[in-house]
Amino acid sequence: MRRIQVLLCSGTACQSCGSEKVKRALLDALGSHGLLDEVQLVETGCMGPCELGPVLLVYPEGAFYVRVRPEDAPEIVGEHFLKGRPVRRILWSEGAPQPHEIPFFAHQKKLVLANCGTIDPEKIEEYIAAGGYEALGRVLTAMPPAKVTAEVKRSGLRGRGGGGFPTGVKWDLVRSAPGTPKYVICNADEGDPGAFMDRAILEGDPHAVLEGMAIAAHAVGACQGYIYVRAEYPLAIHRLELALRQARKLGVLGSKVFESEFSFDIELRIGAGAFVCGEETALIASIEGRRGEPRPRPPYPATSGLWGNPTLINNVETFANVRHIVLCGAEAFAAIGTERSKGTKVFALAGKVRNTGLVEVPMGITLRRLVFDIGGGVPAGREFKAVQIGGPSGGCLPASLLDVPVDYDSLTQHGAIMGSGGVIILDDATCMVNMARFFLEFTADESCGKCVPCRVGAQMMLGILDRIVAGEGREEDLGRLTELGEMMKHASLCGLGQTAPNPVLSTLRHFPEEYEGHIRDRSCPAAVCPNLVRYVVVPEACRGCDACRRACPTGAAQGTAGKPPYRIVDELCIRCGACVAACPFDAVGKEPR
Amino acid sequence: MTKEAIASRYRRSPEALLSLLHDLQRANHGNLLTPADLELAAAHVGVPVSAARDAATFYSMFSLRPRGRHIVRLCASPHCHLAGAWSALDELRSLLGADIGETTTDGLFTLELTSCLGVCGVAPVMMIDDEVVGNLTPKLIREALARHEEGR
Repeated sequence: MRRIQVLLCSGTACQSCGSEKVKRALLDALGSHGLLDEVQLVETGCMGPCELGPVLLVYPEGAFYVRVRPEDAPEIVGEHFLKGRPVRRILWSEGAPQPHEIPFFAHQKKLVLANCGTIDPEKIEEYIAAGGYEALGRVLTAMPPAKVTAEVKRSGLRGRGGGGFPTGVKWDLVRSAPGTPKYVICNADEGDPGAFMDRAILEGDPHAVLEGMAIAAHAVGACQGYIYVRAEYPLAIHRLELALRQARKLGVLGSKVFESEFSFDIELRIGAGAFVCGEETALIASIEGRRGEPRPRPPYPATSGLWGNPTLINNVETFANVRHIVLCGAEAFAAIGTERSKGTKVFALAGKVRNTGLVEVPMGITLRRLVFDIGGGVPAGREFKAVQIGGPSGGCLPASLLDVPVDYDSLTQHGAIMGSGGVIILDDATCMVNMARFFLEFTADESCGKCVPCRVGAQMMLGILDRIVAGEGREEDLGRLTELGEMMKHASLCGLGQTAPNPVLSTLRHFPEEYEGHIRDRSCPAAVCPNLVRYVVVPEACRGCDACRRACPTGAAQGTAGKPPYRIVDELCIRCGACVAACPFDAVGKEPR
Repeated sequence: MTKEAIASRYRRSPEALLSLLHDLQRANHGNLLTPADLELAAAHVGVPVSAARDAATFYSMFSLRPRGRHIVRLCASPHCHLAGAWSALDELRSLLGADIGETTTDGLFTLELTSCLGVCGVAPVMMIDDEVVGNLTPKLIREALARHEEGR
């Protein structure tokens, strides 16, 4: 029995800022104090507050250390582990409350992420100790396939990858589809900017995904599975390979699992850098070794998928939910959430918010709770403006909609979507037109080019937005954008093109005044778009140091040294920003024209 | 390992194509796929060479032109953008003496942009081959490049 347990986050985010070095320093310090037998160091998956990494959690106290540096290790060991005095300067919260008392965690409900940050994802034994593979055993011994799909249906689980299609219904379609062999595919081609929940699950609890897939395979009658994971996630790939080897060795994958008639194995397929492969038919084409281009549906993969056979495709988070439905029962699962959106959802909070990172909340929580209570709100000095939800396929919701419950239907109703769960908080320094343009540029770039509405439509919308942010917008542009957007929505082949206009359409709906400002007044209300702002000197802050005049390439910054305030002549200004960079007193700013 | 030996580890089926292309590319000094590689891969998995070339030109991680030993991929997604990816890009440009899509004169690094790497909590972020480096500062960028220069 160890006296102290140290959980060290070893997700990609923490690793990228030095958790490996912290681990080595801790082991050195433990060794030099002869504590290696008394303190257990466990490397876990993502704990959530990525921005504060590397993080480590020490039990039994529940002391949560953040931004730990290797130099801190001797002090943590010497003071805390040896003398029982936590090192307060690197604790997340003064007074060392238990983690669940920290506001960031207090409003969360961890179901899918329950193992992330508490077990060592590289050891199947730890997963089993946490109840792992019990659900698979129960299903194989006591639940015939039809009963499993019925249970998943009753749970109300809907696809977590963005579409929100009822999972049990999909399973039933594949189960009843004629043709063998059948396949189960896990879509781990996460690519939405700002979404990283699937990466965290794959890195922090890979066996939960394997178990979910095996249960699904039993339910639909498949004997072969694939996980399609993007090449940009090397750590997730490594942990999946490890998990697969361990699962085969223990016989939870392979032939005659748990001495039943059920045989199932899973292979990994690695992507090669194409966002569109997250679309299910494109993903199947890519597994088959072809260009990752989508095709028209129907037929849906449920009847004609991989190699033309019935294929079940679900996303990582969806599969990770399955074992909980079996273990706690459909009713208990359905008790979480709203009437039509059951269970929890993992969100990636980012942007202008105090606590960025990964959180899991019950469906139906309000945006306000998500952004302010868990996220901690916008950092001081700025105002909340909007929340962008659902990535490049999603939309922006303004402050007036903060009390909207976060569920599939409410979000869609207001012009956003649940999407994969990326949430970007925007403050008043954000130009909504520019932001919409940024997302459209992304989808235009990632469009595979197969269908005309998406390939040409996105370019045309982008051209119009380029003109608007450059200050050359025309009155008819707004109608044109709406028309093009609606056309893309209805006529594009796959989800990428159908949802690409959403950022533009939702900002047109909720922030029309910003577009009108750009077009009619030639002014960017948030003072972002370079052609639509004016550089000004704040008289009270100017000390007359002459730095701006010397930096200005066109002679627009004028004044006499020692005689503040200076001024900037708008007609001469080319908006290069040299004066802003040169001013040591932050006296040069931008304002809408 | 010879190219044939690499191919022999894969099933003779089209579904092995992408993995095989990844491996063949890695085995080449210039991080590229040569015409011979495409022919070998196509013959091994049983598709026309045009199909192998089709796939190789579709996916952004494959290249038919020589690249550096190490690929530096800077994330250009919204979070990284807001967190200062462009300053990091300037730093990389000046340290490497290469622009986006270009390779350093010593053939060591190629600079590329990538879509979201999914580590937004520590933006701005880049990857050098399989190593992720977050919270980029000029100092961290220099150190990360130096680590890969040593292993040349």
